[in-house]
Amino acid sequence: MKCEADKVIYMDNNATTRVAPEVVDAMMPFLTECYGNPSSMHNFGGQVGGAIEKARAQVADLIGAKTSEITYTSCGTESDSTAIISALQAFPEKRHIVTTRVEHPAIKHLCENLDRLTGHKHRVTRLQVEADGTLDMAKYEEALADDTAIVSVMWANNETGVIFPVEKMATMAKERGILFHTDAVQAVGKIPINLKELDIDFLSLSGHKLHAPKGVGVLYVRRGTPFVPFLAGGHQEGGRRGGTENVASIVALGRACELAQETMEEENTRVRALRDRLEEGLLAAVPNSMLNGHKTDRLPNTTNISFEFVEGEAILLHMNLYNICASSGSACTSGSLEPSHVLRAMGVPFTAAHGSIRYSLSVYNTEAEVDFVLEKMPPIIAELRELSPFWKAE
Amino acid sequence: MWEYTDKVQEHFLHPHNVGEIENPSGLGDVGSLACGDALKLTLKIEDDIIVDAKFKTFGCASAIASSSALTIMVTGMSVDDAEKLTNDDIADYLGGLPKEKMHCSVMGREALEAAIADYRGVILPMAEGEVVCECFGVTDLDVIRAINESDLRSVEEITNFTKAGGGCGKCEDKLRDLLQTTISGIPVVAVTDDKPKRLTTLQKIKKIEEVLEREIKPALKKDGGDIELVDVDGDFVMVSLRGACTSCAKSQTTLKEYVEKKLRELVLDSLIVEEAK
Repeated sequence: MKCEADKVIYMDNNATTRVAPEVVDAMMPFLTECYGNPSSMHNFGGQVGGAIEKARAQVADLIGAKTSEITYTSCGTESDSTAIISALQAFPEKRHIVTTRVEHPAIKHLCENLDRLTGHKHRVTRLQVEADGTLDMAKYEEALADDTAIVSVMWANNETGVIFPVEKMATMAKERGILFHTDAVQAVGKIPINLKELDIDFLSLSGHKLHAPKGVGVLYVRRGTPFVPFLAGGHQEGGRRGGTENVASIVALGRACELAQETMEEENTRVRALRDRLEEGLLAAVPNSMLNGHKTDRLPNTTNISFEFVEGEAILLHMNLYNICASSGSACTSGSLEPSHVLRAMGVPFTAAHGSIRYSLSVYNTEAEVDFVLEKMPPIIAELRELSPFWKAE
Repeated sequence: MWEYTDKVQEHFLHPHNVGEIENPSGLGDVGSLACGDALKLTLKIEDDIIVDAKFKTFGCASAIASSSALTIMVTGMSVDDAEKLTNDDIADYLGGLPKEKMHCSVMGREALEAAIADYRGVILPMAEGEVVCECFGVTDLDVIRAINESDLRSVEEITNFTKAGGGCGKCEDKLRDLLQTTISGIPVVAVTDDKPKRLTTLQKIKKIEEVLEREIKPALKKDGGDIELVDVDGDFVMVSLRGACTSCAKSQTTLKEYVEKKLRELVLDSLIVEEAK
């Protein structure tokens, strides 16, 4: 199959990222000759175990963790479920969970399904967000209760890129003897994280969001944190997660984490500048457009812009003609009939929520690409507004 | 990504008859910004023949393509013939629409109907009915009509065609009832069974009472026991055990293993039974 990746302008990196060529090189031997099972007694298999441990050190290094605190999983969703369900099993007498209204479905739907999953009775407090997508810390403090088992708050929002003050929130939870989990799938690799200095107990990350392949994730479990495995099985991962290791992808993730450390500065300087150029250019060139989310407490690569009176799917399909890839929070793109729960929680009016477009950049984007998008977007919006019964040109 | 036919793509990317006719003979304005799609259709009618049709649409590719197709289809038609157009005709013209997008073709038909009613100076019957889905303002008459015209057999299909039930989901029961009564005699496909059902507390109480009376009480009474429903809070069902149950060592097992299991099986999978102290 040919996908002609060199022809697209890929600005959908919060959905998934290009596997870095260096990462492909690192993983290839494990898809070809190094096919042994790391659990085997023979050297042919056993040597593969060394590669897994090397990758573990690379992952640990990126987030300031110890290697013993890194458990490989199949994806961010598995990491999230493992953390929450582990905490609830570790503290069966505690029946309260604190989270937010803007979490990824991996947490949102897990919380909704908890009763059936665990057979316990659980209360879930979902913190409301402000219009700019940030949290009210006073309300957070109020929500922490005596029987709160775990707090789960994403580090950065996938749709808006808004960053939550998880460092401070984790400390507040710790002071009350409450475990703290963060879904850092969008944050890892984009902003510096040093867990050594933080009170975070669980952290989820996903390989394919930082230029490793799909199908590999990590759950960080702080040393000494009570832990109950989610996938019971073999002795892999020190008994924390059964199942034969996804060796090639684990090696790839290790290499990707190493690369992320190298590109972290570029992400926060050059990529941020490209994002700002795109954002400021679009807001200036397109009337009735607005930024969704806090301007500064935000990932360097993400901008979420609403174009009023037009619909997101229609915008994306026009962008598709120019091979520009992005996402929308509109209802129509998802097949559901309501726009993104994140934008609704922020109180973005329907006029704007349906026409929201998320551009998420990476180190592979160039200034020429940004300029191309800046050239193509205004006429696309203008053309669709010509069709819109709500648009009255001023 | 949706699988759109070439015809849908063509009409979406190069829509025909965009605009508004000044002083139209008939105007149909349906949908809203909140709903995520809206269509304003204007017709010019001479001697009961539609001689021109123009549209403005806010919405996705299917909504725009359906509108464009509609204007082409009706131009040159007599009003009487146009009135007979169905949403399926619009979808067929486009070579089909993804099932989740059928409501876009329905919007086209509704706009046409509204424009013809406006031309004739009559009030549409569907403006009367009772609103079933408050999220999208869909009435029972809209739903019944969609069921009949498009031969719908499940609540999911009703949502795909009319959007009803696609928001908070509170009206799912009403939709199921409408479906039952509209197509009585034909088996209803239980498509929604694999999804967690959403019931209001009142609906839950009603159903729980039914199951208690019909199944659970008679069984407990055999052993000299009894049970009363005290309260329902979300998925928590608080009950009080009576008679022999109060002194029975196994009453907690009965609650969890029998009462809760039965209620989960017959009412809602997520229910949790607790003894009210």
